[in-house]
Amino acid sequence: MLRNFSLAREDAIAILLFAALILLVFPIALDPFRLNLVGKYLTYGFVALGLVLCWGDAGILSLGQGIFFGLGGYCMAMFLKLEASTPAATKIQSTPGIPDFMDWNQLTALPWFWRPFHSLAFTLAAVPMVPMLLALVIGLAMFKRRVGGTYFAIITQAIAAILTILIIGQQGYTGGVNGITDLRTVKGWDIRTDHAKFILYFINGGLLILCLLAAKFIRASKLGRILVAMREREERVRFSGYDVAAFKIFAFCLAAALAGIGGAMFTLQVGFMSPSFVGIVPSIELVIFCAVGGRTSLLGALYGVLLVNWAKTLFSEDMPQLWLFAMGALFIGVVAVLPSGLAGLYHDYLEPLVRLRRPTPVRLAGPAAEAGKTEAAR
Amino acid sequence: MIGKSDFLLAVEGLSVSFDGFKAVDDLSFYIEQNEIRVIIGPNGAGKTTVLDLICGRTQASAGSVRFNGRELTRLKEHQIVRAGVGRKFQTPSIYEDLTVFENLEISYPRGRSVFGALTFRRDTAVRERVAEIAAMISLDTLIGERAERLSHGQKQWLEIGMLLIQDPLLLMLDEPVAGMSVSERKTTAELLHRIIRDRAVLVIEHDMAFVEDIAHRVTVLHQGKVISEGSMQHVKSDPRVIEVYLGH
Amino acid sequence: MLFGYSFADLGSILAMQGFAGLVLFSVFVLMALGLAIIFGQMGVINMAHGEFMILGAYITFLVEKLFVAFLPGAFSLYFFFAIALAFCASGLLGMAVEWLLIRHLYRRPLDTLLATWGLSLILQQVYRSIFGAREVGVELPGWMMGSMHLSGTIEIPINGLIVMAITALITAGVFILILRAPWGRQVRAVMQNRAMAGAVGIDAGRVDRLTFGLGCGIAGVAGSAFTMIGSTSPTAGQLYIVDTFLVVVFGGAQSLIGTIASAFTISQARSTMEFFLSGSMAQVVVLLFVVGILMLRPQGLFVLKLRR
Repeated sequence: MLRNFSLAREDAIAILLFAALILLVFPIALDPFRLNLVGKYLTYGFVALGLVLCWGDAGILSLGQGIFFGLGGYCMAMFLKLEASTPAATKIQSTPGIPDFMDWNQLTALPWFWRPFHSLAFTLAAVPMVPMLLALVIGLAMFKRRVGGTYFAIITQAIAAILTILIIGQQGYTGGVNGITDLRTVKGWDIRTDHAKFILYFINGGLLILCLLAAKFIRASKLGRILVAMREREERVRFSGYDVAAFKIFAFCLAAALAGIGGAMFTLQVGFMSPSFVGIVPSIELVIFCAVGGRTSLLGALYGVLLVNWAKTLFSEDMPQLWLFAMGALFIGVVAVLPSGLAGLYHDYLEPLVRLRRPTPVRLAGPAAEAGKTEAAR
Repeated sequence: MIGKSDFLLAVEGLSVSFDGFKAVDDLSFYIEQNEIRVIIGPNGAGKTTVLDLICGRTQASAGSVRFNGRELTRLKEHQIVRAGVGRKFQTPSIYEDLTVFENLEISYPRGRSVFGALTFRRDTAVRERVAEIAAMISLDTLIGERAERLSHGQKQWLEIGMLLIQDPLLLMLDEPVAGMSVSERKTTAELLHRIIRDRAVLVIEHDMAFVEDIAHRVTVLHQGKVISEGSMQHVKSDPRVIEVYLGH
Repeated sequence: MLFGYSFADLGSILAMQGFAGLVLFSVFVLMALGLAIIFGQMGVINMAHGEFMILGAYITFLVEKLFVAFLPGAFSLYFFFAIALAFCASGLLGMAVEWLLIRHLYRRPLDTLLATWGLSLILQQVYRSIFGAREVGVELPGWMMGSMHLSGTIEIPINGLIVMAITALITAGVFILILRAPWGRQVRAVMQNRAMAGAVGIDAGRVDRLTFGLGCGIAGVAGSAFTMIGSTSPTAGQLYIVDTFLVVVFGGAQSLIGTIASAFTISQARSTMEFFLSGSMAQVVVLLFVVGILMLRPQGLFVLKLRR
């Protein structure tokens, strides 16, 4: 299977450049605080990769990726919180051995669904699996019944809203609106030190590159071509003998799993997880990060994530008022003027300057939009 | 009924309504192995709808479609395709942005499950088969060309090729020569002659010369019902058929 | 006995919650109606619909302040002016938005969704810049506060009745427009077959603009009603947008009757639930119920059977 997977020279160079940027340039050039910020942005990159496959290729717009990001993040947070809530560490509580917020909410025992998260192995498995299972349920209910793109998008929004309200409302079980905070160690290793964050950054970056390669592999396979074909000609694909619903479910579940991994890495690097990453607003922001970079370009989406988040941090510090305007303009601009994102700009203007032969690039042609392409060039 | 198990396709009592309009009304007909059946009839008679019902694009409200011993009315479109029914649509339905090769490859009957598609390898067997089909449909010189650049007739051939590569037991063609130039028609007729050997074919057509050329039996539809069936001779001289379709 | 209440009591509670939910219901209906016109008839997803509603609320606030400052004598009537003005303002803004943005994204519903979300962010920021980030409230004239007593246990708020009446008028108006008036026929023609509609001389662009404007105008009226049940702030529109879409989708996007039935069901369910559960759990339960039903029956409650 892997024998047939080879990257075009240009692709390999582009990936190496990106890897060099995040694994060499940033660690050398940035101070620990900013490096941690970049690490945070890169976790959104996992979600972006999933969206390129799910939305850019298969045409399934999910406005609820925050759900899966949050679920993965909460799984990790639960593990870390339990480790930080040993009876010794919590001996001043009325009920030692349970997380502090449970104690504040007068819980006297650990809820059953928290118990498995004592185990690191279980947590690591749960991080991609729990989001994937939820995506499977949603996907089965929606795609088997051929629910259309717009309805699907709205329903994912509704589910994001439901989950947020649930998490906030059940503060005894989930930490409520503040989320799960004060996370300290992984199997004794303190994750709050600069040194630990440095290492976590590399783990995060490495994992992201692996996921990028996996996504490229998928796109290069016939599966990738089917996803693209489905976006424009769903019925035709059906009549070629493919169970379209199964493929859509696959794409959606994969995006969910990737988002979950991103969420867990976020929790590890930032030290908490809260419902503010789960709801409607963060979910739609995740979509825009992907769109700015280029929704059909894997590397483009990653660069887009970095760029938009960097801009957001800049604006929020100096000109918060202006940021919402900028975001709004970004949404409108990307959708109306630049549907292929920055990657599209690159392909149209910069690439001809770089004299390397390349296969037909992936591109969306604006208002004549329905032009899915085959080669997974980016 | 006697001999029903011999039939490749047995349509019985098939009906469907759209908003109260009976498009197909208690329709029955039977096709044998390797038979070439042509369906003719005026526009709106329900011909395309019959194909839609068989291949699963439309849900029947009553009746049964038994193909090779299986009941198709309960199956989904892709399952019907995998059971051996291939359908060609009236307007060319191909993947415009893929090349001819890729169009044919996608239709290759291997790696149709999610995991199968992920692990699908473009090995020699695939390449050879695609080349073989491409030659059959006269597109071997254009095999690397993007499908949207083909002429209308070439697109029709490509779609026929995509059907052929699935090696269906029943081939259903909806007006295969419609919209073609004279020379394209001739090439298509030759192509169809070659491919309809050794399989059952159900064709919808208006070109009477073409029909006469290829049909074993002809079924005439009118207002969702069968009004005549038999050899071309028989049907051509049936007064009902003359009245509603062939003209005086 | 159920939850410790007798059935007679439950009946009264239901009725009272029902009437207390009158304004909420009206807001839902108006919002959903506006969105059903835009989404159901035009196929456009307007994520900024909540902001058009809030514009109406802010206009009402402004009108109230104006009357207090310049026309205190006529204060008791200001609300009706506010509604009319809210309708016009939101409607005009809607038409402008359609002309500037929406018409370029025709046929790309998912992209329209994202673009209108961007618009909603911009509008929120505009409101924040003009009116400030804090909530503002509106005072009702004396005669509109208070309630009528129907029976011993059932009281109906007067403001609820007024808003209901206005909602009923607007709903009837929309029905007549869409189903009977020539303009309504044009809307439906454009929706069903744009090219043909153009070929028979209908200016599809103008029809789109008016339709969108009408939908937004109705949202503006919803905003006026909204001032009675909530405080107005730049982000208040966000609270309603998902609910509104669900109401429209639940009812069957193309059916106006379905929209009304759906708005009724959902708002009443919400009000009733709120009596027994906490506010947020009530919302969750209703949302789950709606999403669950949509998963089983994606086309909504009322479906117009269309030929394939």
